[in-house]
Amino acid sequence: MSLPTSPRARMHGGINPPGNKQQSLRHPIRRLPLPPQLIVPVQQRGEPLPELLIGIGDRVEKGQCLARGRGERAVSSHAPAAGVVTDIGAQPLPDDQAGGVTCVTIATEPCVASARCLPPLDPVECGNEMFLQRLRDAGITGLGGAGFPTHAKVRAAIGRVETLIVNATECEPFITADAALLQERAADVLRGASLLLQITGATRCLVGIQDDAPAAIASLQAAMTDARFQLCVLPARYPHGAEALLVHVLTGREVPMGRPAIDYGVLCHNPATLHAVARAVLHGEPLISRVMTLTGAALRDPGNYDVLIGTPVAVALQACGLDEWQHSRSLAGGPLLGVELQQATVPLIKTSNCILATTEAELPRPPPSQPCIRCGLCADVCPVRLLPQQLHWFWRSGELDKAASHHLEDCIDCGACAYVCPSTIPLVQQFRLAKTSLAEQCARQRQADRARERFEAHQARVATQQRLDEQRRRERAALLQRKQAEAAARTETVNAVTASSAPSPQDVIAAALARVQARKAAKRTAEPTALPPEGEAPP
Amino acid sequence: MLSPLLLICLALLAGALLACAARPAEPQTLGLVEQIDALLPQTQCGQCGHPGCKPYAAAIAEGAAINKCPPGGRQTIARLARLLNRAVVPLDPEHGAEGPRRVAFIREAECIGCTKCLQACPVDAIVGAAKLMHTVISAECTGCDLCVEPCPVDCIDLLPAPSAWQPVAVNDSPARGTPLIGSDRGRGLTT
Repeated sequence: MSLPTSPRARMHGGINPPGNKQQSLRHPIRRLPLPPQLIVPVQQRGEPLPELLIGIGDRVEKGQCLARGRGERAVSSHAPAAGVVTDIGAQPLPDDQAGGVTCVTIATEPCVASARCLPPLDPVECGNEMFLQRLRDAGITGLGGAGFPTHAKVRAAIGRVETLIVNATECEPFITADAALLQERAADVLRGASLLLQITGATRCLVGIQDDAPAAIASLQAAMTDARFQLCVLPARYPHGAEALLVHVLTGREVPMGRPAIDYGVLCHNPATLHAVARAVLHGEPLISRVMTLTGAALRDPGNYDVLIGTPVAVALQACGLDEWQHSRSLAGGPLLGVELQQATVPLIKTSNCILATTEAELPRPPPSQPCIRCGLCADVCPVRLLPQQLHWFWRSGELDKAASHHLEDCIDCGACAYVCPSTIPLVQQFRLAKTSLAEQCARQRQADRARERFEAHQARVATQQRLDEQRRRERAALLQRKQAEAAARTETVNAVTASSAPSPQDVIAAALARVQARKAAKRTAEPTALPPEGEAPP
Repeated sequence: MLSPLLLICLALLAGALLACAARPAEPQTLGLVEQIDALLPQTQCGQCGHPGCKPYAAAIAEGAAINKCPPGGRQTIARLARLLNRAVVPLDPEHGAEGPRRVAFIREAECIGCTKCLQACPVDAIVGAAKLMHTVISAECTGCDLCVEPCPVDCIDLLPAPSAWQPVAVNDSPARGTPLIGSDRGRGLTT
């Protein structure tokens, strides 16, 4: 039993929407009946296709590994129940508007055999590598919202953090999954936290929780025996759960936008993730189910359920007694950050912490927006101290540069501004759109810079090529000239030699004729003694 | 007598110190042409009538109009106007119309491997060799259109560039016919 510590800083602004948490906290965590079909995502967003270990038509056991991730950050996926694989292919997910990710569809069979487990690890004996490999093999990703692979986050934190923060501030209305988990399984959560303390070398663990979950606080206090653990109870206020804000409130350190809290000596985890870590390491259980809140006025039996990953939303809602007549829409997540589900066939995934099936009376659609009256309420509630109305005007006039200079990119999409706006302007939706456009502009600028570089390289290459060609041509011309000159010089010398020493053909002929004449003359002088000439014959 | 002198000396010393401190730590390294060039979209398309973005930047610095760049469009004109302290003017339609980013696409079955487009591409975004098929590196293509004209078999198309971001629809304006105030009903004063 330890006394709660007080927070180090106060969050700026924030809102106090009606909690609506009691509906789902009336019962303990229950199990849903086995759905006839499970759609299990086996690929994480932005990761390559995993190595599939099963094929269509294969029988799988509960807990059997379906696919092993190939990427650096990818994790394994497991069969949440026994059955036969009927399909492998891209399926839409609740957090996904376009396209889908690879999923394995299993037609389930009721089976009494317990889940196939990995051997339990001894956290003292096993090294860091084995521990991280276990997190990966058990398919553990962050269960809070972003779904970041836990092994990658812990690896980055080893030796660099001194504080572990358990983010149990479920600040959004309706959601009670973490509160229910802490009420019933606080010891497992804290066991997971102490495992991470041991691996990362952090010296203390701060558990941040809001005062609207008294049962969870009592259960945590009862389970806290270690002096390294401190409970910090915050007044209920939205959005305490945003990581950077919680780090600031609990430790007094401000984490700049876009930087991981690990760089500032803090590792932040959700209690459900820590629970899964403890189950995976100490009991060898892969992550095949999670506690989630199924609530809303359209459900006859709202509550927290231990749901198998891959259960279709429609099946889960039917099991809780969905009133089709009253039901207006379903949100994945809470009323402020949730995404409206377009189709009920999507499966519940590891990051789904709440499905809100509401009626028009409970969560009416916002009325049409009216012009901004510059009341300034939005600036009062903005937890990151932006000026939403100013950003709104910049967005209206298309001046994204000015919006960027007013730090639009620091907006955490919490929606507090849109909640308080008396003109019901969809501010947060506008900011999301503006941020998308800004990101596109930045990408364009990068592309322009790259094009400039490539163009300059191209110009330089063309210039070099031209220079080289020119040089070669000049060299060739020079060579040709030299050769011609040489040839000319050679013929001239030959002529000169002939002119000076060698006899001309006429001379040679003349000389030969002279020689013949001389020989004839010599013969004639020798003849008269032996033989008289024909003309002087004796009578 | 001494104190006024001392004060004057002190004032001079302080003035010198202040003058040193007021000087910018690093002189402006980018010239005006470079600053203008940084705002141009670098498609090197020549639609402005200059042989590339840098020459157009130089021309703007000399006083040419800032509304001759269709790929940059309204945004580039606004940025140039702010940098140069000139009035924002609409795009000159003589040089073309603003449109979404496009990339070149070679219908590879029809390519005869003449390398003419390779030589025309200002950013070396086409790969290929003589008598071998050519293809466009779409991530590097600026959509400048310069490869289309030299192609002897007309196998190059300009397609709209795929965008990684799909804008989310925001229902911002009140639906038509919605009475803003209850008493507007029946008076025709609806949006």
